Amino acid sequence: MIKVYVPRDSSALSLGADRTAKAIAAEAAKRGIKIELIRNGSRGLFWLEPFVEIETAKGRMAYAPVQPKDVASLFDADFLHGGTHTLNLGLTENIEWLKKQQRLTFARVGITDPVSLDDYLAHDGYKGLKNALKLTGAEIVKVVTDSGLRGRGGAAFPTGIKWNTVLGCKSEQKYIVCNADEGDSGTYSDRMIMEDDPFVLIEGMTIAGIAVGATQGYIYLRSEYPHALKTLNEAIMKAEKAGYLGEKICGTTHTFKLEVRRAAGAYICGEETSLLESLEGRRGQVRFKPPLPAIEGLFGKPTVVNNVISLATVPIILDKGAQFYADYGIGRSRGTLPIQLAGNLKQTGLVELAFGATLRELLYDFGGGSATGKPIRAVQVGGPLGAFLPESQFDTPLDYEEFSKIWAVLGHGGIVVFDDTVDMAKMARYAFEFCAIESCGKCTPCRIGSTRGVEVIDKITASKASGKDHEKNIQLVRDLSDTMFNGSLCALGGMTPYPVLSAINHFGEDFGLENKGLEKIKEVAA
Amino acid sequence: MAIALSEQQLTKIRAHIEAHKTMPGALLPLLHAIQDDIGWISEEVYLPISKALALSVAELHGVVTFYHHFRRHPAGKHVLQICRAESCQAMGSEKLEAHIKSTLGIDYHETTKDGAITLEPIYCLGNCACSPAVMMGDEVYGRMDATKVAELISEARVT
Repeated sequence: MIKVYVPRDSSALSLGADRTAKAIAAEAAKRGIKIELIRNGSRGLFWLEPFVEIETAKGRMAYAPVQPKDVASLFDADFLHGGTHTLNLGLTENIEWLKKQQRLTFARVGITDPVSLDDYLAHDGYKGLKNALKLTGAEIVKVVTDSGLRGRGGAAFPTGIKWNTVLGCKSEQKYIVCNADEGDSGTYSDRMIMEDDPFVLIEGMTIAGIAVGATQGYIYLRSEYPHALKTLNEAIMKAEKAGYLGEKICGTTHTFKLEVRRAAGAYICGEETSLLESLEGRRGQVRFKPPLPAIEGLFGKPTVVNNVISLATVPIILDKGAQFYADYGIGRSRGTLPIQLAGNLKQTGLVELAFGATLRELLYDFGGGSATGKPIRAVQVGGPLGAFLPESQFDTPLDYEEFSKIWAVLGHGGIVVFDDTVDMAKMARYAFEFCAIESCGKCTPCRIGSTRGVEVIDKITASKASGKDHEKNIQLVRDLSDTMFNGSLCALGGMTPYPVLSAINHFGEDFGLENKGLEKIKEVAA
Repeated sequence: MAIALSEQQLTKIRAHIEAHKTMPGALLPLLHAIQDDIGWISEEVYLPISKALALSVAELHGVVTFYHHFRRHPAGKHVLQICRAESCQAMGSEKLEAHIKSTLGIDYHETTKDGAITLEPIYCLGNCACSPAVMMGDEVYGRMDATKVAELISEARVT
């Protein structure tokens, strides 16, 4: 029977993939043709969704984007046998956009049926766990440490070192917590993993549990992701049934249980200590550190808190070895980063590459320039707390340290693009506004400073023409940013100055200033 | 204006409390279960929950009001959430937002007079590759414009 693939990823659904799937099934039935319709994950070429593939003798053939109105003509063109049609993109594996990528964490995404355990196993699934089961906890931790993997949630802390701390704690109960509260705008790689290859996250968490001696895991999932919730729960149930979760994992003495917990729409709960508060059933207020969550985390017990991508990268490291992973990347940024292209770009989507590619390559070679055809003016990397970069910084390689040198962050790898119609004073105001809405209220600079920030930006905008108190107010924003930067416990208050000051420093003309360039940034960073 | 829960709703809530009370960190899952079932979190549930979970009413109120997701009043039949985050802004969501508000004649956190649509802001739906995005109920819609949103709204009004 001919296999037809129509993605079930929620971005594909948001562009009508369900309607396309239904139309294909109906047309096939009408013509008396038997097909096997598979709802795979997305290949990540979101400008081409719904992205339909047909399995042919030569490989998978792509037709995209397919709307219901195209379906009859596709059947007429015999697309089920790779027929010629204006939407035919050739073999998927030959698409340049995919060929240029180095997909390790996303190796299976878009290829398999996300909730088929058989499909997962047929595509190298659970090979990492098999290897891990032959090792001691300390040996597993060493492999992860040697791979150079750093926390992909944004903080870039070495994953192996975190695990080692938990491994070294003596406790009758330890936990693995997956931070799936992907609240950063411009990011969706966590969502894709959970919807499009949930078993890889489950496998990564299981390996983490076995490594550090934790028997219970929680996935703290944002409430905005109902599809991910369903997919994860279905995959967990299947893994339990097949003996990959629960007691006596794969016939060994290891136990690891996993549960998904829904967040409730508070951005701050992506901060690990707020997340733990929330999991315990309280307001998501940031905790003081120390104690580190690795020592006193969930319910006061040693806890590994890792981002989805970090945990989902563990299986391939255990499968192919630490060196295999560490061979990708540059400097201290080892391995690959799943980059998410978003905002005003022609070709938005998921690009997994070894660290080291430049922003320019991503914006133009992959992104194809702006969607509106206007010049790209500003790029925000790393979510709402990331700096805005001007064209002069587009040649910065994607590397944690290189970004930190220009007072910017890579964060979770989200890239949001703005064309020349963007008003950067408005973006700076929005950064303060967002901080005010999402502040947990614990630290005064964040709780009060964010609101005062909105007010001062409004004054600056109002005095742009008159010049009255203009310089004074700009200085006030700088002072306020300095207080927030140094006086907040967590990244929300502490990093809101990144978008604000980078907007002022690089796009001063929008604030009624001459562009003063990088000097001021260094001043603040120091 | 306090809306009293029906006896039937209270029975359902008691069952949710019973099902969750021994769960570690039960409060959020319990509140989700109640809101999924009843549609909102009434202050009437504070007392039974506080007894079952050994929490003060003040603590409970603190939690319910902390999280944007929990609603303290019933919503309209459909909840329309518009993404206000950067990626959607880069693709013109502000204009769309203004247009939707004026067409519906309501602001955020308000419900249309016919009770069909409640409008809420949201900060990222993870659909940033298809901006601007909105969510109606549990479904996300990408690359939206005024016409497509109008279609969504009229579809919602008849279902």
